[in-house]
Amino acid sequence: MKRLFSLLVPLLVLALGVAYLASSLRPHKPGGDYDLAAFGELPTLLNGRVKPLDTVARTSLLQMQERQTVRTPDGQQLEPIEWFTRLVFSPGDADGLQVFKIMHPEVLALMHLTSEDGDDGRRYSFNQLEEHIADLERQVQLAGSVEAKKRTPFQSAVMQLYGNLTVYQQLKYSLQDPERGDFLTTLRGFADNFDAGVAAVRAQAAGQAHDEKAAAAILDHARRFQFIGEFGKLLVVPPPAGAADPLDWKKVGQSLMTSFEDGRIDPAVLAWAGMGHAWRNGLPAEFNQMVALYRDRLTATYGEAMAKTDVETRFNAAAPFYTSMVLFVAAFLLAVFSWLRWPKALGRSAVALLSLAAIVTTAGIATRMWLEGRPPVTNLYSSAVFIGWGSVLLCLVLEFFYRNAIPTAAAGLIGFCTLLVAHHLSLSGDTLEMMRAVLDSNFWLATHVTIVTIGYSATFVAGALGILYIVLGVFTKLLTEPVAKKLTGMVYGIVCFATLFSLVGTILGGIWADQSWGRFWGWDPKENGALMIVLWNAIILHCRWGGLVKQRGIMNLAIAGNIITSWSWFGTNLLGVGLHSYGFTESGAVVLGGFMLSQLFFIGLGSLPTGLWRSFKSAASRGPERELGDQTS
Amino acid sequence: MPFAKHPLVQFFTSLKLTVVLLALSIILVFAATLNQVHLGVWGVQEKWFRSFFVWHDFNGFLVPVFPGGFTIGGLLLVNLVVSHVYRFKMSWKKSGITITHAGLILLLVGELVTALYQEDFQMRMDEGETKRYSESPRIVELAITDITGPDWDQVVVIPPAHIKAPGSVVQHPELPFTVKAHYYYPNSALQMKTQAPNMPESGADKDIGARLAVAPVPLTYKDNERNLPSALIELSGPSGSLGKWLLSPWLIDTQRFDYEGRTYEMALRFKREYKDFSLTLLDFTHDRYPGTDIPKNFSSHLRLVNHVTGEDREVLVYMNNPLRYQGLTFFQQGFDNNDTTTILQVVRNPGWMLPYIACLMLTLGLFVQFGIGLYAFTRKRKARAATTANA
Repeated sequence: MKRLFSLLVPLLVLALGVAYLASSLRPHKPGGDYDLAAFGELPTLLNGRVKPLDTVARTSLLQMQERQTVRTPDGQQLEPIEWFTRLVFSPGDADGLQVFKIMHPEVLALMHLTSEDGDDGRRYSFNQLEEHIADLERQVQLAGSVEAKKRTPFQSAVMQLYGNLTVYQQLKYSLQDPERGDFLTTLRGFADNFDAGVAAVRAQAAGQAHDEKAAAAILDHARRFQFIGEFGKLLVVPPPAGAADPLDWKKVGQSLMTSFEDGRIDPAVLAWAGMGHAWRNGLPAEFNQMVALYRDRLTATYGEAMAKTDVETRFNAAAPFYTSMVLFVAAFLLAVFSWLRWPKALGRSAVALLSLAAIVTTAGIATRMWLEGRPPVTNLYSSAVFIGWGSVLLCLVLEFFYRNAIPTAAAGLIGFCTLLVAHHLSLSGDTLEMMRAVLDSNFWLATHVTIVTIGYSATFVAGALGILYIVLGVFTKLLTEPVAKKLTGMVYGIVCFATLFSLVGTILGGIWADQSWGRFWGWDPKENGALMIVLWNAIILHCRWGGLVKQRGIMNLAIAGNIITSWSWFGTNLLGVGLHSYGFTESGAVVLGGFMLSQLFFIGLGSLPTGLWRSFKSAASRGPERELGDQTS
Repeated sequence: MPFAKHPLVQFFTSLKLTVVLLALSIILVFAATLNQVHLGVWGVQEKWFRSFFVWHDFNGFLVPVFPGGFTIGGLLLVNLVVSHVYRFKMSWKKSGITITHAGLILLLVGELVTALYQEDFQMRMDEGETKRYSESPRIVELAITDITGPDWDQVVVIPPAHIKAPGSVVQHPELPFTVKAHYYYPNSALQMKTQAPNMPESGADKDIGARLAVAPVPLTYKDNERNLPSALIELSGPSGSLGKWLLSPWLIDTQRFDYEGRTYEMALRFKREYKDFSLTLLDFTHDRYPGTDIPKNFSSHLRLVNHVTGEDREVLVYMNNPLRYQGLTFFQQGFDNNDTTTILQVVRNPGWMLPYIACLMLTLGLFVQFGIGLYAFTRKRKARAATTANA
């Protein structure tokens, strides 16, 4: 009966987990009658990469308002692509939606707003901001002359809001000219009157009698096309089939400027205008047909790119890292409860969910690698995801050997925290970025970066196990001698692993540097950070070999490893010097400081005299006991 | 008393010393990283790593506040070597540690060799330009060239150490006059007198310097800036002063004068190293990702002509793909002038192979050691599982 229970519960939990995962994967249909899912898959070139409009919608919203969905004034939730479609095809509808996050009270005052005006007290619409944009521009000019790092919070907030407004406006001018009503009608007018207009302008230049209206009309077209060609953001007109450079995409306005050569309009421009026409006139069937036709046309020429945008759109909607985050939390809680009741049933359930989360994360990372054509770690965001993944795998290995749910709890904790960090890093925009020239080397990204990042993972696992040791020991009676011994064994093994990987990774980095800059070691902050991790792990090992520290000492040293690793990971980026200083913000600094303090707190706990540890106090007055979460009993 | 028991040997073989030294090196590396914001990477290397002590300036008094990289690295080296001589017993079980430590010794020695012998130069070329020399990015020299002969030039180079002290006089057998420095500013700003009425005049009475004002400016440590010194030089023959010249790398043209029927050129320039081959920049390209300013690639298309061997070929230097030639390595470092000027970094490092060997040993050593540990661990587990199963 007991055996059956220990078997059925984990299976049931796993089934629940799989059902949850499946629900995140089911295709969903935003936009009602309009096939906006298909529209979102249409490609554009932005920041050097062909990506679906869906990604543009999501990253723009994250950047502007730090969340992906939009709430309409009547309380309806809009998917990113629904908001995007309104913005590009009927901007009047979008301008009332509150998508600009403003937190700084002085910026609110500048825009004559109070927090009561905003959605959630923090998000405001373009209509609300429009009236005082001139005031904002004045402040931007004042702040613009100050170096980015030296700006006050107000100045940074002003620059940020202005940047967001600019992106918003640029998106509006990306697919059509929002100031000229129905763009399809505009284009038809242009094409029909092209010959007459050109003739009129020629005659005008030659000083002959001409149709003044036709000349004025075509010159007006030229001005408007040029304007949207300069101001629009997205490159949405692909080069024709067989073009020498498949990445030579154009903006709608740029493409229209070339139409002045022969009066012919690129089919892609017409397709976008047609979709806009259908959307504005409430013709979903036409809209869907237009999208489908355009898609088929592109698939014939750009099959591979289209396959990628399809997958990317589904990847966006499924949000696998969010799913894993939920699963990590569940695994952590189950592991903790397993120490209190039903160790076998709950412990196995925890491992089952953790394994599921590991599979989902692996799939997510693999998809990103395929989309980007790169090794797993290319920027801070992907490093956060990868560190979590590496830690979880290490913990699963430990769990295989020790089977007491402690590694699973550690994995749940690290997995959740790293994905949370990743989420906050993703607020700065598209996380699939192009690699700067110096980093453009798949070989070294695959070796040095990956290995060093696994070294980070291992150090964090050792630190998390150290924290669990101290928390269990100080606050509970669960840290019995065999459990403590097992934990020490785990930490030692992981520290060995961390030493190996951080050392090899650091040295490979040195070799890369020697290959690209002619110096093996340049004392760059990131290099120094990696070196500090290696030295710290070496200290732990030598302390243990020399008998300088006992169990608690090793745990405290392992937790201090968290501080050093987090410094190396993020702190060095704060300095703003060196070759590795890429994107990180002030609020990040506060979080990093908070994290380091929390680790010091645990070290302080760990340094309490053993008399104050509940586990050690009770050890003397207690007979032999079952081991924590012991599943072999 | 056997030598191994001597307190000094005991001290140098102790694991405590290892741990203390490792901890000190973490502090050193951390503090130096922070200091880099103000001092730049070169300043930090000189102050923290390539020194025996880190000195701090307390109101003009230099006080050693921390052991420098040479001290800590040196002690670690002694600790490691002495431990292996007196404490460690060779055994298969510890073979991994022995290999790792040997690799570490090699790595430390390699860094020392690099610190002592690595030379760093730059080569800056416009498209179409040919150069036979590279320049130091930091060290300057005073060069006086006798260009009278139609076929060859006679160059006398005076290092700045000889002219740094005001009033110092240099007499050189190849020069018929003495060289006296009135001042030497390690970093300076120049302006036309007419444009900067408030700046002190240069004090020169010859050539362009007579029309210039000069002021010393604080030394910069930023990676993307250079210190550009200025010096007021007076030449004197047996019959008295020939005049005063203002020299500075700010001034692009050399300054020419005649003395006793010979023609000389004089310049304060970045130290040059001439090669027996020349490089010509045929083309520089800077690719960006479409629709962005993110650099995708920089590359310099060069022509290499060796005047001794007659070798003549074209080479392409780009990111992560340097040119290695005659013990020198040419890296794509930067660019200028709207993508028409390339800046190559030229490095000579006789110890460049050492880290590679050290790496292999370190990796191998750790693999072996932890592999042995893991093997023992799994065997113990199996044995334990077997006993519980039998029980």
